[in-house]
Amino acid sequence: MSNEIKALTMPKWGLAMTEGAVTSWLVDEGVELREGEEILEIETTKITNVYESPVAGKLRRRTVEAGQTVPVGALLGVIADASVPEIDIDAFITKFQEEFAVEAAEAGASAGPEPQFAEAGGRRLRYLVMGQGEGAPLVMIHGFGGDLNNWQFNQPALAEERTVYALDLPGHGGSVKQGIGGSVPDLAAAVRDFLDAVGIDRAHLCGHSMGGAIALHLATEEPARVASVTLVSSAGLGDEINMDYIEGFIRADKRKDMKSVLEKLFADSSLVSRDMVEELLKYKRLDGVPEALRTIAEATFPGGKQGHVLADRVGSVGVPVQAIWGEVDEIVPAGHAEAIPEGSRHVLKNAGHMVHMERAGEVNRIISSFVTKAS
Amino acid sequence: MSKKSYRQALNEALAQEMRRDPTVIVMGEDNAGGMGAPGEDDALGGVLGVTKGLMPEFGRDRVLDTPITESAFIGAAVGAAATGLRPVAELMFVDFLGVCFDQIFNQAAKFRYMFGGKAVTPVVIRTMYGAGFRAASQHSQCLYPIFTHIPGLKVVIPSSPYEAKGLMIQSIRDNDPVIFLEHKVLYDEIEEVPDEPYTIPFGEANLTREGDDVTIVAFGRMVGFANKAADMLEKEGITCTVVDPRTTSPLDEDTIIEAVEDTGRLVVVDEASPRCGMAADISALVAQNAFKALKAPIRMVTPPHTPVPFAPQLEDAYIPTPEKIADAVRQVTFWRE
Repeated sequence: MSNEIKALTMPKWGLAMTEGAVTSWLVDEGVELREGEEILEIETTKITNVYESPVAGKLRRRTVEAGQTVPVGALLGVIADASVPEIDIDAFITKFQEEFAVEAAEAGASAGPEPQFAEAGGRRLRYLVMGQGEGAPLVMIHGFGGDLNNWQFNQPALAEERTVYALDLPGHGGSVKQGIGGSVPDLAAAVRDFLDAVGIDRAHLCGHSMGGAIALHLATEEPARVASVTLVSSAGLGDEINMDYIEGFIRADKRKDMKSVLEKLFADSSLVSRDMVEELLKYKRLDGVPEALRTIAEATFPGGKQGHVLADRVGSVGVPVQAIWGEVDEIVPAGHAEAIPEGSRHVLKNAGHMVHMERAGEVNRIISSFVTKAS
Repeated sequence: MSKKSYRQALNEALAQEMRRDPTVIVMGEDNAGGMGAPGEDDALGGVLGVTKGLMPEFGRDRVLDTPITESAFIGAAVGAAATGLRPVAELMFVDFLGVCFDQIFNQAAKFRYMFGGKAVTPVVIRTMYGAGFRAASQHSQCLYPIFTHIPGLKVVIPSSPYEAKGLMIQSIRDNDPVIFLEHKVLYDEIEEVPDEPYTIPFGEANLTREGDDVTIVAFGRMVGFANKAADMLEKEGITCTVVDPRTTSPLDEDTIIEAVEDTGRLVVVDEASPRCGMAADISALVAQNAFKALKAPIRMVTPPHTPVPFAPQLEDAYIPTPEKIADAVRQVTFWRE
């Protein structure tokens, strides 16, 4: 029995999110929740996702109605043991709401952590750091055409127990676009320079797609600096790659074209929102981006195949490696996960290439326990 | 990425292109201010401050204060473009177009065609338009239909700070004469604008809302009004697609037609006078190409065919509003024969 009262608050998914709309509650008041149980659905301008209970306990109160839009950090509900008296719950809610109103008035409660820049080996790289913790931090590396916002459903949750960095690779997001090398070793060198620049000796790496190949390459080159590698829908484990996607992404400069390209990334293509499409078009309009993407695609996928396959190095790298995949990945086939020993690979049903967005809760638990074990 | 005003977004676009390309110059009445006079240098930056700070960085050779003779300096800009520079000339208020129209429509617009494609005229003419500034009928017109009418000109009407920066950089890099229309009431609008240079292609409409019931096509300042109307109507259960064509020449006909095919209803919002304007033009385009999709007559929301009134109450009544747009949307939504 515990007297602890736990607040459920509107999460911040991605740099641009300031508020979210509760589209539906999936559980009733009074229900005993398991940790990780899906409790409500939240819609932002970019994507709809389920919010999972961060703790086990009884859902004592729902403080917002379905259909309401509230700022990041606002109270959604309250979890506490059945033994906690109603009067304490009421007092907790009143106090929370008063303090939240003051905070919001003072600073804008949704401000959250802001991205920073590092000068890494002469390249200006953007990154976002969240959380605190002893030991090696986790560094998250997005894939081709992505940026640090791709981890919007993962970084905050994983940062509850450790320091988590997410960076923009050269040619991506807010990082330098001009004069970059495009091969996996080039990009791995940029990540190594980033670790040097922010003073990280040793890190757990988590890479998505091309970012996975980069993480694996870095582990083979500098195993002493890598505590573990999590490969999400990863490149680097086989030679197939969906070049229609890569070419389509580089070419798309109209909303309609970009939308149909992005739909390949998800098992549920309705997740591709207007804002997600617009965000990527905005990125692609930046000076130097089309050239940078072309440079990377030519160096990384020469002749329409992955040019840097490290599958046979996984066993000898001397660093724990795991893989997470969406079963219906249309970009890198889920069969590539078989390069990783059976106990260390997780292929999730009903998920596509962006498995870390579509099945964020499950992916976060898999990453978290793996990283904890490898620490 | 940081929040910038429409004015700052334009200033940043000009500065970044001047840094990138030494052939880019700016010129216009008091574009810096203070030239040849004792007192403060760079005092003005144009009437509303868009070019402020450019002269100290780029010098008097690239930031020129001109006499109050549009016929002379617009002509000079066109000539400079034809001979290798990329001038951005400021025709202060679009209402002053009349005194330099030959330079624009018979010279700049025709060079490429008349010289068999062997000449280019990469000039940008920035100009302020629109009502709501209490500036009376000689400083409040839209007039972009007149430019749109002339083949050889490109006509750009940015609706927000993000749009302004990307379209300005595209305008400077374009090899044809571009008329770039800035609504004076938008200068203090603020939104997220990337710090890095970027371009927005011409002839590609932006959908600022997507809905099922009605397509609203709007230009410049009216895009924000259409968005407001769409947000009000959503609460009533009517969802709208809002199309911002961004450029009236070239015009993204496909996106407009497709949007109407999806919704079956069209409202066109234009701050320009109704006769021979974009509202009539878009209506004709849709009537000709998407007639079968239409479930109701097309509605146009425009000012009346009068000069812009000076009396504030009359000026307010003259300009289309989100409420008037919402009314038109309701009329086409609930239309019965």
